[in-house]
Amino acid sequence: MDMTPLNLSRIQFAFTITFHIIFPAFTIGLAAWLCFLEGCSLVTGRSIYRRLSDFWLKIFAVAFGLGVVSGIVMAFQFGTNWSELSRRTGPIQGPLLGYESFTAFALEAAFFGVLMFGRNRVPPVVYFLACLMVAVGTCLSAFWIMVNNSWMQVPTGFAQTPDGIIVPTDWSAITLSRVVLVRFPHMVLAAFVTSAFCIAATGAWYMLRGHAVQEGRAMLTMALRLAAILVPIQIGFGHLVGDYVHDLQPAKFAAIEGRWEDEQPASEVLIAWPDEAAQANRFAVAIPYLGSVIGSMSLTAKEVGLKSFPPNDRPPVLIPFLAFRVMVGCGLVMLGLAWVGSWLSLSERLYGARLFLWSTFLSFPLGFVATITGWFAAEVGRQPWTVYGQIRTADAVTPFLTTPQVATSLAIFASVYALIFSFGVLYIYRMLRAGPIPARDHGRQTTNPKRPLSVPGGSPGVDAAAEFGR
Amino acid sequence: MTLVNLWAGALALALLLYVLLDGFDLGVGILFPFAPGERARRHMLSAISPVWDGNETWLVVAGATLFGAFPLVYATLLSALYLPVIVLLAGLILRGVAFEFRYKTVQFRWLWDGGFVVGSYAATLVQGAAVGALVQGLAVENGRYVGGAFAWLSPFALLCGAGLCIGYALIGACWLIGKTDNDARAFGYGVLPGLLGALLIFLLAAFVYAAAIDLPLLGRWIERPYLLVFPLLGIIAVGGLILGLRTRNDRLSFPMAALIFLAAYGTLAASFLPYMVPFSITIDEAAAPESSLRFLFWGAGLFVFPLTLAYTAAVYFIFRGKVVGEADYH
Repeated sequence: MDMTPLNLSRIQFAFTITFHIIFPAFTIGLAAWLCFLEGCSLVTGRSIYRRLSDFWLKIFAVAFGLGVVSGIVMAFQFGTNWSELSRRTGPIQGPLLGYESFTAFALEAAFFGVLMFGRNRVPPVVYFLACLMVAVGTCLSAFWIMVNNSWMQVPTGFAQTPDGIIVPTDWSAITLSRVVLVRFPHMVLAAFVTSAFCIAATGAWYMLRGHAVQEGRAMLTMALRLAAILVPIQIGFGHLVGDYVHDLQPAKFAAIEGRWEDEQPASEVLIAWPDEAAQANRFAVAIPYLGSVIGSMSLTAKEVGLKSFPPNDRPPVLIPFLAFRVMVGCGLVMLGLAWVGSWLSLSERLYGARLFLWSTFLSFPLGFVATITGWFAAEVGRQPWTVYGQIRTADAVTPFLTTPQVATSLAIFASVYALIFSFGVLYIYRMLRAGPIPARDHGRQTTNPKRPLSVPGGSPGVDAAAEFGR
Repeated sequence: MTLVNLWAGALALALLLYVLLDGFDLGVGILFPFAPGERARRHMLSAISPVWDGNETWLVVAGATLFGAFPLVYATLLSALYLPVIVLLAGLILRGVAFEFRYKTVQFRWLWDGGFVVGSYAATLVQGAAVGALVQGLAVENGRYVGGAFAWLSPFALLCGAGLCIGYALIGACWLIGKTDNDARAFGYGVLPGLLGALLIFLLAAFVYAAAIDLPLLGRWIERPYLLVFPLLGIIAVGGLILGLRTRNDRLSFPMAALIFLAAYGTLAASFLPYMVPFSITIDEAAAPESSLRFLFWGAGLFVFPLTLAYTAAVYFIFRGKVVGEADYH
């Protein structure tokens, strides 16, 4: 890959958005989880729900803060590196991404503050409603992002002026397209499953360490049972997403399937190493007929191969092909863990099954990996287009960027992100390791509504600062 | 009133609020290294801690409005000012995180204090330079930038960058005077006369330089004599600030500093009109099609924008008066 401004801009976008998606993927699910805990607490009045909620709220706050901070870059990067895209599709992407920023801001402004410092100032029902609004807000944010990205995948409801500006003609076709309706649930479920496995892994960790065992059990059982229901639904939505790709983005579908030639009936390549130079797969393991079944629900259907597309309209094959298989693999492992764990949780066996607890503990990255690889398959598979069939990536980039310029910005982002995220992750790890705060410490919980990263918790600086103040 | 004007007004308001609000907390960051000791530093931070990131979000609101309603200017300006924008974003991120992390560690406090200061200076410098470059004129042909990577980097732009550092430091000092007692307040009063003098020298230098390079924007002042109302407002504000300084009236300084900024902002905005990027892209040329503006209006314009304004007002109302000690902070 040449270090052209175009390629460097792509690397920079991929880098910043991959870092960013980690945090929303976590917080969308955590917000819903907090809602669930608050709801249970409200209905049953049992203190464990309150303890869990207070504990996860702190984690949520830090992750939310890092998500907001890394999201600011995204809001400006369309203009800096992709000015031709912004200029031409701004009339559609501008309002959509504008709504996302506005939604995130309104949510942060109005309800996050109540969550952070309103515990003792508002009635429990109001607190629960604030929780609900934050959860709805995070999903709404995801909705706008998915609308925008789905429009880039399958553009609808637009017209093009003679000078190439893309103008919206039908907003309901844009916001409620078939593609949005399957990809939005797919993303939200991905976030829910990701969070469920983080919660289950934390619970398993506490049980293995014999620390906060009661809370650990509750986390593990609730999260695994939730995942046991959500993962199959997610796989179902994944299939629906595949259907739209099959119908509307055939070149991407062929790349994901690793299918070079037109086939009738088509086989399904399970694993292989696609060799783009030779235009063939190496070490392929394939099952006859299955390709037609997956693509068209038939034993005889013809499936299109990559060679049916002109070379300059083909996406890269290796990344979508492998990323898709990693995603599916993670999904299947999570399905297995969730079902086995839920079965074990029906009796006391779960709590002594150390092998299972270790597996669950080590499974915490699976949701993140699945989310990120899923996005890789979707975005790399869309190439060479930025707006599918309309604007090529090579034509979307800012035309006058130079290699030193983008190399500088990439270096700046890489170092700043490395610094803040290593400390941010360290801080989340410290809070997770410390575990839920025993009930007697509740009185010390004060923090600032606008400063999610400042939640107090076991760290040397806070105690030193407190001593300094006296 | 058309939708285009409405969105132009909303954008102008968001930018003004950003300059006024993030201006004073960036200014506190600029003054931070000169503070007399850790105690004063803590007081300085506690004076901005409840509001700084709410202030910063106005930049995101401005960016979102720009992309949503004026995509042509969004695309042109952000790409033309590539490196300044990147430095601004990195500076703001570093600064925001440093603000929190300095309390999480004793060993690495120097690192985060450094990040806070460097981030504040870098963000301010490039903001000022960007305004300077815009005033001087960017090379735009047929709605596309045709200049080079460093075309924004001129002596005039650097002068504006330095000037904005002085300006933000001034409004930051005034904020400290209004919000704190004891050492931080005394520090604010201590630096204010020097900053005011420096600001006046900067304005004079900028004016002389602009006249010397025959800046096209100056022609506007001859065409539109009513523009002089803004500098007049500025002079009154400087008088008020001096009065506040003499009488040690803590409540007068910040509003007067804000008025100075308002006067400068008004001068620029009014002399830009009807252009958004001076002498190449007008507001009407930059506006997104009617259908986009309407779509944006029914949700963001009608609900979110006013709600955000109300929330900002509420936070400042809750946080009115002096910060009491540092018990509020951690």
